[in-house]
Amino acid sequence: MKVRALVLNTFKEAIRDKVFYTLLLFAVLVIIVSVLLGGLSLGVNEKIIKDIGLAAISLFGVLTAVLVGISLVYKEIDRRTIYTIISKPVHRYEFLLSKYLGLCLTLLLNVTAMTMFLFIVIWFQGYSLSLVLLKAILLIFCELMLVTAIALLFSTFTSSTLSAVFTLAIYIIGHLTTDLKEIEQASRGWLSRYITNFCYYVLPNFNNFNIRAEVVHGVDISGVYLLGVITYCIFYTAIVLFISILSFQRREFD
Amino acid sequence: MPAVKIVGLTKVFKSGVRRKRTVALDNLNLEVKEGEILGYLGPNGAGKTTTFKILMGLLRPTKGDAWLLGKNIKDISSREEVGFLPEQPYFYDYLTAWELLDLYGQFYNLSKRKRRTRVRELLELVGLQDAATIQLRKFSRGMLQRVGVAQALINDPKLILLDEPLSALDPIGRKQIRDIILRLKSEGKTVIYSSHILSDVEAICDRVAILSQGRLLGVGQLSELLGTGEQLMEINIEGLDEEGKAEIKQLALENIVERGARIIVNVSTEEMAQKVLEIIVQHGAKLISLIPRMESLEDIFLKRLKTGIEGRESRDES
Repeated sequence: MKVRALVLNTFKEAIRDKVFYTLLLFAVLVIIVSVLLGGLSLGVNEKIIKDIGLAAISLFGVLTAVLVGISLVYKEIDRRTIYTIISKPVHRYEFLLSKYLGLCLTLLLNVTAMTMFLFIVIWFQGYSLSLVLLKAILLIFCELMLVTAIALLFSTFTSSTLSAVFTLAIYIIGHLTTDLKEIEQASRGWLSRYITNFCYYVLPNFNNFNIRAEVVHGVDISGVYLLGVITYCIFYTAIVLFISILSFQRREFD
Repeated sequence: MPAVKIVGLTKVFKSGVRRKRTVALDNLNLEVKEGEILGYLGPNGAGKTTTFKILMGLLRPTKGDAWLLGKNIKDISSREEVGFLPEQPYFYDYLTAWELLDLYGQFYNLSKRKRRTRVRELLELVGLQDAATIQLRKFSRGMLQRVGVAQALINDPKLILLDEPLSALDPIGRKQIRDIILRLKSEGKTVIYSSHILSDVEAICDRVAILSQGRLLGVGQLSELLGTGEQLMEINIEGLDEEGKAEIKQLALENIVERGARIIVNVSTEEMAQKVLEIIVQHGAKLISLIPRMESLEDIFLKRLKTGIEGRESRDES
């Protein structure tokens, strides 16, 4: 009952955040712009709309996960609303996991709203709604769950600004894994090789979640690949949440 | 079994790059009997809030241990039957008073029916029944304090810890909270509350624990701890020149107040009063009044904080 109450409370608080609606509005605007851009190019309308549409859902989803997610936990600690909760028979891990699930619920609403809008636009333009498009959105949602977990981890021990910076840095580096490997092979110094190897092996590879190219070219992805990426997401998210719980357990509220 | 048992509780904060040590609590030993009201007194920075936070799991002690109703504070179930009001409480301001109490009731796994009854009772108890559906962001500081007391009682606790419950309240509000505390005692509950307002503490507490700079100075009846005050004489002088003022200051009196052309001094002996009168006469100043008065409770308390409470055991003798 406690967890359910906290999850719903987090959800209610998140959807009241102005940042949430602002980012949603921007995503909608970008999708509208993609329609206009598609109109300028012959024969690539559908590709542009789907490509930009998915990119908007991904980007604004990540920004929502980072900005809303971090501010929620940071606000609790900064405004001391956490005092009357942690002092009750509520385990700290229950509190943290409830925050995480509440944010995931918020992101589900966010992604659903953006997806519905994209689908309406695609259908209105007379294009097909393929299964691979749905799979792409599912993977975007998995990506957001992992980004949220990372944002939550940083917010357990550092300020909101640094949390946002670190989370976005990991997100960006996570998209450059192919380049990291090339940099490592081209590096001469042991330190640079060590750092690039560390980033390559330890940080999550967010490229796994990106199948926009397949969607745009109408290529389906296998169930095995889908299951593999979901398993990868669950595994990574579990580790990050575990570290977050350990960090939050040690946190003092003075 | 004591309601609260604290043994050797110490809290040291380390801050800054050089890890500067601040001792917030120094070897606190205290026992609180079941069913009593204990006043937790001390100036700002004495360690009162730190004590409450350690007991409620918001801080970890550097050394020592504590038990609430026989359960160690490391065990989360120690909070099942405890209510806590932090200092200047903050809540989710988009919720109404009803929604907030309902949410907190769910943390104790109270059924929907039970929550409904309990929330209604508590809102009436703290005088917020008419404000139940108003968002907390529209509440005054005093109303928030009352909601805070209500949330501390949502689980019908046996032990209640209140950190500055009377702050931000007007005299009516303070009386209401004092009455609630007395009512809790009549129900056999144990209440510990911290305050700066000595008269409030004196009026309703069974015992008082005085804390200063992280150390327990004494536990017992307030009048026993502080002793009786001194008989003072307040001398009101007008028109004293600078030389006269300098001579007055040389008498090293504790309390000299200048208000425009007037000076007010407090002396505790007849000999000192005589010296002040001689200075007035020598410098041609005017004696406006000479009034005997007893030291106020606050005066005694502040003096004892400086000198310590001698002859009192810092460990509870129960």
